[in-house]
Amino acid sequence: MSIDAIDRQIIQATQAGLPLVAEPYQAIAGQLGLTADEVMRRMAAMLENGVIRRIAAVPNHYRLGYRYNGMTVWDVDDNHVDMLGQRVAELPFVSHCYQRPRHAPEWTYNLFAMVHAKTERDAEKQIAVIAELLGGDVRRQAVLYSTKILKKTGLRIAG
Amino acid sequence: MDDIDKTIINRLQQGFPICEAPYRRVADQLGISEAELLNRLQTLLADGVLSRFGPMYHAEHMGGALTLAALKVPEERFEEVTEIVNAFPQVAHNYARNHVLNMWFVLATEKPEQVLEVIGQIEGQTGLSVYNMPKISEYYVGLQLPV
Repeated sequence: MSIDAIDRQIIQATQAGLPLVAEPYQAIAGQLGLTADEVMRRMAAMLENGVIRRIAAVPNHYRLGYRYNGMTVWDVDDNHVDMLGQRVAELPFVSHCYQRPRHAPEWTYNLFAMVHAKTERDAEKQIAVIAELLGGDVRRQAVLYSTKILKKTGLRIAG
Repeated sequence: MDDIDKTIINRLQQGFPICEAPYRRVADQLGISEAELLNRLQTLLADGVLSRFGPMYHAEHMGGALTLAALKVPEERFEEVTEIVNAFPQVAHNYARNHVLNMWFVLATEKPEQVLEVIGQIEGQTGLSVYNMPKISEYYVGLQLPV
């Protein structure tokens, strides 16, 4: 996948957000000296090839009432991690699920799953479901709740 | 936040069309006017209910790279280190978390080699070790929070 100079300009013009005007793609086009058709065609292509994950609203979890945003981390056997990760990812309340490297001895966790709940009780229930699913494969486990959003701008490429 | 706001938030988490008048298309689907959708969206963004609205770009698919990294920040230095870390445009998200590793951030760079460069700069400026945890496997991405 490669992006050219014009794609790059479109990314820079939209990475902070889409214009809140009736014809936003026309607005971007006007700013860049392109036609609206070309902007739409290129953005559709970037959506198709994954350069754009999606065009959507990103909520502030806390403001929607999701106060318990937990990064659950698990130390499981590397030989089982793919099978287990796949199954954890299928749980409806898990938003992200990754295998990541350990930093032993301080950080021995290799499976990460993000959960989001409105109450502590719901969060605990979700974590219990994951724990049950992982069963005897879990050697160690922790939950790191976010206590503050320090930054949430998304990706920015320099000008 | 009323029911219409909630409907807008739920709808716009799912995606947004690419067409000449996309707000009008979504407004029609929701049974409100284009002007009302635009006004409410502006307010939701200004109030911080929405962090952002627009295309979410994928660093890896642009030829770049992503990583999750953590720092063990002494409590008395937390604000100072937050400022240093957040000043990097490559830091896309940063969260305080309740753990000895108390600061967790996502780095997104245009070129893969820049991840380690930025980590080196953060270590240099903070004097702290960065725990770099790039993904080995990704099992799922795509969150929608119903309201």
